[in-house]
Amino acid sequence: MIIGARTPGDLEPTPETQDFWDAAAQGRFLVRHCNTCDKAHWYPRGLCPLCHSSDTNWREGSGKGTIYSFSVMRKAEPPFVMAYVTLAEGPTMMTNIVECDSDALAIGQPVELVFQPSKSGTPVPCFRPATT
Amino acid sequence: MTRTPSAYIVGAYELPERFYPDKSLAQLQAEAALGALADAGLTIDDVDGFFCGPDAPGTGPLSIADYLNLNLRHFDTTNTSGSSYTVHVAHAAEAIAAGKCDVALITLAGRPRAEGRAKGALARTDNPQQPDFQWEQPYGLAVLNVYAMVAARHMHEYGTTAEQLAWIKVAASHHAQHNPHALLRDLVTVEDVVNSPLVCDPLHRLDCCVVTDGGGALIVTRPEIAKSLKRPLVGLIGSAETTQGQNGGYMDIITTGAARTGPRALAEAGVSIADIKYASLYDSFTITVLVQIEDLGFCAKGQGGAFVSDGGLISGVGKLAVNTDGGGLCNNHPSNRGGMTKVIEAVRQLRGEAHPAVQVPNCDLALVNAIGGQLAVRHAPATLILERFA
Repeated sequence: MIIGARTPGDLEPTPETQDFWDAAAQGRFLVRHCNTCDKAHWYPRGLCPLCHSSDTNWREGSGKGTIYSFSVMRKAEPPFVMAYVTLAEGPTMMTNIVECDSDALAIGQPVELVFQPSKSGTPVPCFRPATT
Repeated sequence: MTRTPSAYIVGAYELPERFYPDKSLAQLQAEAALGALADAGLTIDDVDGFFCGPDAPGTGPLSIADYLNLNLRHFDTTNTSGSSYTVHVAHAAEAIAAGKCDVALITLAGRPRAEGRAKGALARTDNPQQPDFQWEQPYGLAVLNVYAMVAARHMHEYGTTAEQLAWIKVAASHHAQHNPHALLRDLVTVEDVVNSPLVCDPLHRLDCCVVTDGGGALIVTRPEIAKSLKRPLVGLIGSAETTQGQNGGYMDIITTGAARTGPRALAEAGVSIADIKYASLYDSFTITVLVQIEDLGFCAKGQGGAFVSDGGLISGVGKLAVNTDGGGLCNNHPSNRGGMTKVIEAVRQLRGEAHPAVQVPNCDLALVNAIGGQLAVRHAPATLILERFA
């Protein structure tokens, strides 16, 4: 099934995540990194969920990843692909795969970031099959 | 040598219908409560502990406790979604052991069909202040599409097939044909399941549980009271609960928290998994059952597909009798919360009161495992070990 663009649902940034969504509005994808355990985590938090250090900061994400798992929501109108993508930085994030043929998707397949605007225009990080 | 129970389940009642257009939610809560009390041989005046989930309308226990005019010493409204009522059994036993109450009532009721909410594929609506909301809800998170990702990953790692998952539905239908109250009583085949429409690849329509109105209730009490009643003695000898999320993005979505609660509950009970004669396993989807079988230790990780195949879960046929009432897959999943009916059928088996066609001979030890929330996202498993005492 050919899957086109998707309009994600709206969201409300919090003081903890405002920087992420401000960067997204500029087309930048940030990943939260912990300076104590030197690992990236997802979803982004002020407090590292892995070592509980509060010495965390934003880093520019590569926007590269691979599909960890996915499902094809045929019942929805229009249908869409729900997925977990493992980022090159390490952690796995929930997302949608867009601009793809859902029958040709595979776990382990390389994907790349593509922002999709929500109903009210917030760019939401989604992925599509890697073109490079 | 098993543990001496601190509490017994003396009353268990499942509302008979699967569609309740003409009764209020409070009436259903009350009918479930009175049914379980009658089953136990107790009255509502004996109840001094009340355990309910958010299906009970009102703030915590307040409205239903008032509706029933209860005189309480203890209450607990722990909400872990579908596993809440399984957790409540353990919490009731703990409260009884601590002397906080003597007779605990646990209720569940809901009427999603009558209220026109029987649409499991819809995106969930959660609180935007939930820290995970902005990272999940925009993507159309629904119960169905994350469980489908568990199935897809299990297929990828272990070669599990749609036909193997289908056997779980087939077993449920074999049991449900004997249950006059079951929503779906027709036998289905593996072909019926894999030829039913794909609702969210790789899950088919028949991989999914039913949506029903109804509910049930349980009565848990201390040993002296239990032994004064006329019902068979079903004791709680082990229990465990936990939560499991995404571990900061470093998760394994095909291993559930039951991998931790199962061994802990068994160790507390002083029994091994091989001793279990019957299992009630949460069956929101076929894949839910498969991963629990592996994680609880009925078979090695990755071998669940082979375990459930060829009638592996059919009572009298397979290796392990599972969900002999027809489970959530065919019988009942009231209010989209299956943890209550799982305990009720285990009690029937231990009492020898399951349908004769599905009754496990000499069933003296049963395991209940419920999964609340959503696998692959965040969930709360709860395991109970129940034993029949003479």
